[in-house]
Amino acid sequence: MSDVQNRIPATSVDDLYAEAGHWHINTGEETIHAKRMPGKWRSIKWWANSFWLVFFLGPYLRWDDRQAVLFDIPSRQFHIFGATLLPQDFWMLALLLLFFAILLAVVTAVAGRVWCGFFCFQTIWTDIYTWIEEKLEGSPQKRRKLEKAPWDLKKIKVKSLKHFLWLIIAVITGISFTAWFTDAFVLWGELLSLQLGMVSVTFIGMFILGTYILAGFMREQTCFWLCPYARIQGVMIDKTTVLPTYDYVRGEPRGRVKKGQREEDRATGDCIDCNQCVAVCPTGVDIRNGQQEGCITCALCLDACDSVMDKVGRPRGLIRYESQEGLDTGHSIPILKRPRVWVYGFILLASLSGIIYGLSTLDSIQLKVLHDRQPLFVMQSDGSIQNKYRLKMLNKLKDPVEVTITASGPAGLILVGAEKTVTLKPGTVSGRDVFVRVPRSNLVGESQSIIFYIEGAGDSNQILKSKRESVFIGPR
Amino acid sequence: MSDKNPFPGENNTGHIWDDNIRELANPIPRWWMIGFWISILWVVGYGVLYPMIPGSNDHTKGVTGWTQIGEYQEGLDQVEAIRGKFEEQIKDLSAAEILADDGLSTYTVASARVLFGDYCAACHGSGGQGGPGFPVLADDDWLYGGKIENLVQTITNGRRGMMTAQGAILKPEEVDTLAQAIVDGTIAEEPLFKTKACFACHGMDAKGNPALGSANLTDAIWRFDEDDKLASAKYTIIHGVNAANDPKTRQAVMPSFKDRLSEGDIKKLAVYVYKLGGGQ
Repeated sequence: MSDVQNRIPATSVDDLYAEAGHWHINTGEETIHAKRMPGKWRSIKWWANSFWLVFFLGPYLRWDDRQAVLFDIPSRQFHIFGATLLPQDFWMLALLLLFFAILLAVVTAVAGRVWCGFFCFQTIWTDIYTWIEEKLEGSPQKRRKLEKAPWDLKKIKVKSLKHFLWLIIAVITGISFTAWFTDAFVLWGELLSLQLGMVSVTFIGMFILGTYILAGFMREQTCFWLCPYARIQGVMIDKTTVLPTYDYVRGEPRGRVKKGQREEDRATGDCIDCNQCVAVCPTGVDIRNGQQEGCITCALCLDACDSVMDKVGRPRGLIRYESQEGLDTGHSIPILKRPRVWVYGFILLASLSGIIYGLSTLDSIQLKVLHDRQPLFVMQSDGSIQNKYRLKMLNKLKDPVEVTITASGPAGLILVGAEKTVTLKPGTVSGRDVFVRVPRSNLVGESQSIIFYIEGAGDSNQILKSKRESVFIGPR
Repeated sequence: MSDKNPFPGENNTGHIWDDNIRELANPIPRWWMIGFWISILWVVGYGVLYPMIPGSNDHTKGVTGWTQIGEYQEGLDQVEAIRGKFEEQIKDLSAAEILADDGLSTYTVASARVLFGDYCAACHGSGGQGGPGFPVLADDDWLYGGKIENLVQTITNGRRGMMTAQGAILKPEEVDTLAQAIVDGTIAEEPLFKTKACFACHGMDAKGNPALGSANLTDAIWRFDEDDKLASAKYTIIHGVNAANDPKTRQAVMPSFKDRLSEGDIKKLAVYVYKLGGGQ
């Protein structure tokens, strides 16, 4: 050995390791078998889980003669109840994504990883899978024993039934996902007659595989290593965020309950080191080590600790929703006095109002105008200036619409090529080239504003209108 | 290197430097090996299905029979299936009949854009905006007429402008007077216009004659250089257009396309040009 090693005092290195000693990191070699305990948060979790029933039942809602919510990608139309969104409306999708991104941020800043703990599909599907596991294989101890037991007939029977049920859930998940993108009833028809298309088969297959592997085997490892949101949300939390927190002021030093000892004589804190909080944790972390990457703030340890506190006759809330600041100083800043909440709230409001504006001004017909750039203008024999425009007229209705085209702009303009009405085919864009002539003497600048209008009548004779501004360009 | 392994029980190769830096013989992670073997299987499968191994003159074909040119051909066939319906309809129609039909003329304009780019745009500009010495196709002034039949004629047979060089016939001050009258727009009232027989080609009202291809001298459109209109008019009067005896004469030749383009293509181009904005 070289003497380099000898120069570092061995004891100080040991201290460093000792500090990190309790950070046991499970990289998947150990399957977490979490205990299930009833309680307030467990009930809330079930209710939150049921939110995903929308995912399973939604595709079967009907509206008029089609699926109520259908993301029809091949024909590039999104139907959301009465509204039909075409690619032209996709700017709203950007706002929707912004809305949900900021919603995630604001919720996380205020109350921690609520998404992870209560609403995330990974958490919920894993919860359902382990619920099945518990029903079939029994309590965590029994499950661990079964894992080590030899492969006898009973084990094979139990295990294969479990995997069968898991796969059924995976299959229904895959079908339900696909049903949002193609008519659900048609999909089932094709499925039952074994005539599914390649795309449907691929997607259902991917979801079966994904659900089965992620919820059945990877479980909390997904949150640890795979999911980017788990990492992102960690940095959104600050000292004012309320999180499931172990009250170390009250709890430390930990000590087991001694029989016969009177409460007044007790020298230890309220924590009796029963490890129930660890036993119920679906990601297998110890909340008493503080907030950490593995904690999805599902609050199941709150139920566990409260039940233990009830048993030993100490007040509940040793583990409770509390901010770091509240724990340190006894009081925390009210939500509305935190700048983060205001900034996030403002962005939320802005994106939401953008979406509402977009949805409320969804036109049945929509005009776009492209000014021809080559040439920008042409001089006519009478000296007037002519510009060419391509009008793109979108008809979102199911029936054709007859529209008249008009324009207003520089004095004395003549619109050529719009003498007849134009029939807009349903669900697509119709194009039309028009020319505008303006006497040169009426031009006041190189570029002037011009507005095009289209107007037609819908099926119940309501007036459909759209307008679009463009430019009229002339010589210098 | 050390002969005696000081780290017994460790999975090292026996290669040890500086007392404690040693090479371990840990296996590659299992997931990596699985991926490795899958990729080898993939190569084999690919080789069976697709062309892969080159020979001296040939290559293995693969059982799917896939070829790049075949895929290209399939794409072409798809395009043809869409275009074919329209092509079938316009085959027996005249250019005027195509023009009368909204859907067919829209198709024709869309499909003739490439033809226009290949055969016309070099002189007339990509949008028919003309070029130095070449006429604008997007305006409403036509030397040989702007009806669809005229356009078909022009593309099929070409055009050749003609104007006698007047430099030897007219006195310089007469040229000045005529040029000034054209610029001022008073050419029809100019006595010299009559006495020098300009009207024979340009017409009594000086509005030109499409049958001869003579220019309208009263409108705002200039066939040749219009930056200095007076100088341009003088030049044209003196040197003429395509005048055989004057080497400095104006050049104005449109080639014939009947040998280069099919009748159908000419028909489509005529519709396209008509739709540029000036058709009459």
